[in-house]
Amino acid sequence: MGFFNKLKQKLTKQTNVVTEKFKEGLTKTRENISTKVNDLVARYRKVDEDFFEELEEILIQADVGFDTVLELVDELKMEVKRRNIQDSVAVRDIIVEKLVEIYKGDEEEINTLNIQNDGLTVILFVGVNGVGKTTTIGKLAHKFKQEGKKVLLAAGDTFRAGAIEQLEVWGERVGVDVIKQSEGSDPAAVMYDAIQAARARDTDILLCDTAGRLQNKVNLMKELEKVKRVIEREIPGAPHEVLLVLDATTGQNAMVQAKQFKEATDVTGIVLTKLDGTAKGGIVIAIRKELHIPVKFVGLGEKMDDLQEFNPEQYVYGLFAGLVEEGDEE
Amino acid sequence: MAFEGLSERLQKTMQKIRGKGKVTEADVKEMMREVRLALLYADVNLKVVKSFVKKVSERAVGQEVMKSLTPGQQVIKVVKDELTELMGGEQSKIATANKPPTVVMMVGLQGAGKTTTTGKLANLLRKKYNRKPLLVAADIYRPAAINQLQTLGKQLTLPVFSLGDKVSPVEIATKAIEKAKEEHHDYVLIDTAGRLHIDENLMDELKQIKEKVNPDEILLVVDAMTGQDAVNVAQSFNDQLGVTGVVLTKLDGDTRGGAALSIRAVTEKPIKFVGMGEKMDALEPFHPERMASRILGMGDVLSLIEKAEATIDEEKAKELEQKMRSASLTLDDFLEQLAQVRNMGPLDELLKMLPGANKMKGLNNLKIDDKQISHVEAIIQSMTKEEKEHPEIINASRRRRIAKGSGRPVQEVNRLLKQFEEMKKMMKQMNNMTKKGKRKGFKLPFM
Repeated sequence: MGFFNKLKQKLTKQTNVVTEKFKEGLTKTRENISTKVNDLVARYRKVDEDFFEELEEILIQADVGFDTVLELVDELKMEVKRRNIQDSVAVRDIIVEKLVEIYKGDEEEINTLNIQNDGLTVILFVGVNGVGKTTTIGKLAHKFKQEGKKVLLAAGDTFRAGAIEQLEVWGERVGVDVIKQSEGSDPAAVMYDAIQAARARDTDILLCDTAGRLQNKVNLMKELEKVKRVIEREIPGAPHEVLLVLDATTGQNAMVQAKQFKEATDVTGIVLTKLDGTAKGGIVIAIRKELHIPVKFVGLGEKMDDLQEFNPEQYVYGLFAGLVEEGDEE
Repeated sequence: MAFEGLSERLQKTMQKIRGKGKVTEADVKEMMREVRLALLYADVNLKVVKSFVKKVSERAVGQEVMKSLTPGQQVIKVVKDELTELMGGEQSKIATANKPPTVVMMVGLQGAGKTTTTGKLANLLRKKYNRKPLLVAADIYRPAAINQLQTLGKQLTLPVFSLGDKVSPVEIATKAIEKAKEEHHDYVLIDTAGRLHIDENLMDELKQIKEKVNPDEILLVVDAMTGQDAVNVAQSFNDQLGVTGVVLTKLDGDTRGGAALSIRAVTEKPIKFVGMGEKMDALEPFHPERMASRILGMGDVLSLIEKAEATIDEEKAKELEQKMRSASLTLDDFLEQLAQVRNMGPLDELLKMLPGANKMKGLNNLKIDDKQISHVEAIIQSMTKEEKEHPEIINASRRRRIAKGSGRPVQEVNRLLKQFEEMKKMMKQMNNMTKKGKRKGFKLPFM
């Protein structure tokens, strides 16, 4: 049985709802990749150099990034040689396998959040402007609330016009409190306040919003370091997660973003937003490979529960579902 | 994955081609591989890259290498010229309706920066063109989007039209225009909600607004960091709405911004403005040439080329080459050459512009003393006409005289003469080679 079918079997035994979410959210993304790969497989019965060259192009168009694509395709070539595969359909299976392997990373690396069983868990959100930090926080707050946790939000974006109000609207929708100061105040001070409040209210989870900033703005990155330092000082071991929010439509610059934000705040995971468009967010493959930052959540739509915990198997299955099933019908 | 600039990579490829008078097809092919890579790293869409590279290759093959350029620089120049041309002229103008108010619609994906850009544009219209814009809050979906625009309006002391988030955007837009007419606003900027280009319902809503208000401009706001998908987004918005221009945001980041090229290539609509910062006055006109350099990641090498082109007199360069070929170069010619180099500006500045110069060991801290050149000039100027034309007659006593006349030690005079002698020898050798082999270009030191 091919790798993909094994995956399918495994997943059908699991929660079907979530798998469906992935399948649905990734419709556009999949339509792009799968039609292309399918077309490729149909045209090349035999695997040769041209086949791999076209595969390279498909991956490049998914924003995977040139270096990573070369590496990936080289690995594929080796694998194909090792297993002595000539049939292009069988190669497709290996592509799926390889991708799952990359997204999974090492065994120890986990895609789930580091949530403290007792006591406060602090999660800090960082990223450039317009990637969806505040929206992600709103959606996550909803998720934790549903799980019966006591959630508090910290309005650390004191810079952008309307940012505090935006978080407040989310707070109202979800039914959680927001700790804020006035626009223009020191975000580190907001964090300090929020931590005191979280302690006093016996909160389980504190979600900290920050202003979007471009990674090449030295002063703003320093400010972010300070925000993190204040949290560290108040609660040893915190923040328990620093999540970098990345827009799936971003190209190669996402790698630079990941590097710089990791340097400044020791990012522990990625939230990949806006995956319901046609963008494929392939750059996270490169980020995963080079910087070993796992993807922890993906945004698959605008609704509150469209933010899903990232599951590499489900993700890759969602990406290739149409493709392999169609392939099987042949 | 730091990507070195195109010029650095090209220079490596170039080592073997150096000195050729013409760029051959094989050379171009090799160089185009680097160009292709540079464009892909800059997030230019693969299809756009392919057609672009094809076009440039055709143009570059067989080109005569300009006197002031190495073949590598020549190719870069072709690439950059093509890129600049593709990117269109400078068109940072915004339409004006015959009968006010002029209606501008801002559209784009979520998080591209529509609201911020709307504020910036209003600010520009007022400051630069003395207009009276009305901002319209038509994003009823994103929490506090209206609030954001109102806050910006307050900052800029500009009026913001809002009907809250319970009224349809179509109605908001229509009412806003009535209000603008009543209050004599000459511009109406409609901030619409961010939406995915594949979201049919929301795209329909934009079409309805368009039909109702008949906008003079539909500006597509695009994040400069957008990857390969930029083509799909731009194409889709353009097909469905017919955008009239593009605003590229977040260009103050360190992205190369290849999206600009992709968008331009698929929509053929001008990029009108670029967002260069978070402040309200950080909206700048789009410079195609600067964007081309940025996409290629080539720093200032082009300003250097341009400087060389502007300062080095082509006639004189030709004459000089003639002399070199016949090996009849005199110290006078050498002097002239020095003067031309100096016209280009202080030497260490020039060096800094050279790609790779910063990384070269020692060069980083090296201060090239312009004085040294002055000294050489002084020495040559202290020679008689005969000495300059026939340096071999300069004997020990002449050397002492020249040293005294120029105020430099005799050793320096010796060094200069020796260098000049070697230069001439080199030229002779090269000329012999040229006679046997194919024609080769020749570069003076400093060039």
